[in-house]
Amino acid sequence: MTNANWPLWEVFVRAKNGLSHKHAGSVHAADARMAIEAARDVYTRRMEGVSLWVVPSSAIVASDPKEAADLFEPAADKVYRHPTFYTIPEGVKNI
Amino acid sequence: MADDVLFDHALRLGDDALVMGQRLSEWCGHAPMLEVDLALANIALDLLGQATHFLNLAGEIEGKGRDADALAFHRDVLDFRNCLLVEQPNGDFAQTIARQFLFSNWQELLMREIAAAPEPRLAAIGAKAVKEIAYHAKFASEWVVRLGDGTAESRTRMIAGLEWMWRFVDELFDPMDGAPSRRGEWDARINRTLTEAGLELPKPRRGAMGGRAGHHSEHLGHLLTEMQFLQRAYPGATW
Amino acid sequence: MYTTELKDKDQKAAAVSLADEDPEKLAAFEARVAADDFIEPKDWMPEAYRKTLVRQISQHAHSEIVGMLPEGNWITRAPNLRRKAILLAKVQDEGGHGLYLYAAAETLGTSREEMIDALHSGKAKYSTIFNYPTLTWADIGAIGWLVDGAAIMNQVPLQRTSYGPYARAMVRICKEESFHQRQGYEIMSVLAAGTAEQKRMAQDALNRWWWPSLMMFGPPDDKSPNTAQSVRWRIKRETNDELRQRFVDVTVPQAEAIGLRVPDPALTWNDERGSYDFGAIDWEEFYAVVRGEGPVAKERTQARVKAWEDGAWVREAAVAHASKRALKMAAE
Repeated sequence: MTNANWPLWEVFVRAKNGLSHKHAGSVHAADARMAIEAARDVYTRRMEGVSLWVVPSSAIVASDPKEAADLFEPAADKVYRHPTFYTIPEGVKNI
Repeated sequence: MADDVLFDHALRLGDDALVMGQRLSEWCGHAPMLEVDLALANIALDLLGQATHFLNLAGEIEGKGRDADALAFHRDVLDFRNCLLVEQPNGDFAQTIARQFLFSNWQELLMREIAAAPEPRLAAIGAKAVKEIAYHAKFASEWVVRLGDGTAESRTRMIAGLEWMWRFVDELFDPMDGAPSRRGEWDARINRTLTEAGLELPKPRRGAMGGRAGHHSEHLGHLLTEMQFLQRAYPGATW
Repeated sequence: MYTTELKDKDQKAAAVSLADEDPEKLAAFEARVAADDFIEPKDWMPEAYRKTLVRQISQHAHSEIVGMLPEGNWITRAPNLRRKAILLAKVQDEGGHGLYLYAAAETLGTSREEMIDALHSGKAKYSTIFNYPTLTWADIGAIGWLVDGAAIMNQVPLQRTSYGPYARAMVRICKEESFHQRQGYEIMSVLAAGTAEQKRMAQDALNRWWWPSLMMFGPPDDKSPNTAQSVRWRIKRETNDELRQRFVDVTVPQAEAIGLRVPDPALTWNDERGSYDFGAIDWEEFYAVVRGEGPVAKERTQARVKAWEDGAWVREAAVAHASKRALKMAAE
C-alpha cells in the first residue's frame, strides 16, 4: 500500500483588503490546489476572508524558544525608538 | 415566457438542485477525509439554497399558494422534473465525482445563460448561483484528474463511475431546454479534463431519458421516501 | 460539541513520569502557567502535560467526528428545506471543529492518522453521549439544546486554556457553536407548541437525553482524581460538578419556558444554595458506556472505520497523482 497521508499546510487568511494575511489554522491536502480549496471550504465558510495563502507546514522555519531571550529582550531597553520617549514643549502642535 | 413554461423551467432548475443536494448530503460524516467531507457539505448547501430559490419562484409563478417546501415535500415521482443524472446513487467516491463533474459543468453553462436571460427573477437567482457552480465544476474536474491519473485502482473506479453516469448525459441536452447549443462547449470542457486525467471519453450509447417528463429511475422514489418522511407521516404539522 | 476527559491506560504512566522531569524546568513551566501565560508548541513542557493534552484534545476531536453521526442520521430526513440546510451546516461545523482540534493536537507531535487509528482500535475514547441513538426528529432538537448546551459550558472556559493552539481552536469553535444550541432549542420549542404527537416526541427526547447530558460533564469530583492537576495546568478550568450544576441551573427554566418537564422527580430549587438540587446520576450506566457498552457504540465505530477504509484508495490516489505531477514539473 502506498503512503496515503496527506501533508499538512498552514492557512493564512486576509479578512479584507487592506489587512495582512493572518494565520487561521491548518489543513491536510495532497497538493497545493487542494490545499487552497480545503482552506476555502474550512476557514472561509462565514465570510472570514477575501484571499488565502497556504504554505506547506514543513516549509516554515520557526525561531527556537530557547533563543527567545537573546532574540527579543535586547529590544526592551531601546525606548528611544518610541515617540513617547521625547519631551516636547507644551503647546507645540502637529509633531 | 408564458407562465406555465416559466413554472416548468423553474421547477426543473429547482428539482435538479434539490435532488443533487439531497444526494450529496448523504456523504456528510462519511467522506474519505475530513477536508473532503466539509467540501461536499458546502456544495450540498449551495445546491439546497438554489433549490429553495427556484422552487419558491416556481410556486410564486404558479400562484396556488405552494412554496418551496410544499413543492419539495408534497409531490410524487411523476411530478418531479429533475434530470436522471442527479438522482443516481452516490456509489463510491469516484461515482459521486463522475456525477458532479458531468452535472456541474453542464449546470454552469446553463446558469450563465439564465443569469443573462430576460426574465429578471430567474436571472437574479442564476447570477448568484453561477459563482457557486463554477467552484463545484472546478472541484469535481480536479478530482477527476486526481483519480484518473492517481493509482490503478482509482483509475478503474473513475472509469466505472463515468460508465455508470454516461447514459444520462444526452438528457441534459434535451431540446426542451433549448440546450443543444450548449453541447459543443460542454463536450470541449469534458474532453479537456478527461485528457488531463489520461482517460478516454466513454463510448456513445443510447441515452436514458424521461426525467423532465416525470419518468425517473427507480432511485428517485426511495430518495423521496426518505426526504419526505416527516411531512408525510405528520400531515399539516409545522416544524 | 465536546468530550468529558476520559481515562485510558496511558494516564497512570503519564502521572508517574512527572517525577522524572528536570525540577528547574518544571518549576519555570508551572510558574508560567500559573501566571496565565500560554504554552506554545516548541516550548519546553513536561511529558505528562503533553500526553494529557494529546489525550484530551484528541478525545475532543474524536467526539466532534463521531458526533456527526447521530445528527447526520437525520439530514436526509429533515422536515423542511430550512431545517435541512441548518442541520447540514451544523453537522459540517462539527467536522470543522474536529479538524481544528486534530490540528491543535498535531502541534504536539502526534499525527492525525495516529489519532484516528487510536479511535478505530478502541484505544482512544470519545464522549459517551454519542453512543445513544437518534430515534425521532426531536432528538435533533434535544442534541442541539442539551448536548451543545453542555458542550458550551465546558468549552467557554477552555478558550483560556494554557496550551496556545488548543485555546485558539476553542475560540474559533465557540464562535461557530453559538448558533448550535439556539437551533436545537428552536426545534424543541416548535415541537412543544405543535400537535400532540410532536409534543410527545419532544418530551420523549428530553426524557432520553437529560441524564446522558448530565453525564457528559464526567464523573463526580471525588471520583475524578485528575481534576486537580488539570485545573492547575489550566487544561481544565472548572470541576465536573461545578459545570454540571451550572448546566442544570440554566437548563431547567428553559424546559419550563416551553412547557416540557425535566425527567427528575428529585429536582427542587434550593433557596439557600441558589441552585437546583437534583437526583442521583446512574454512574453505572456512565461507566458501562465509557467501556463501549453504549446502545449504538458498535454502529458508531463501524461507521467511522468504514468511512476511513472506504476512503483509503481516494487518499492514496491523491498522493500518487501529486507525486506524479511533481515529477513531471521537475522534468519540464
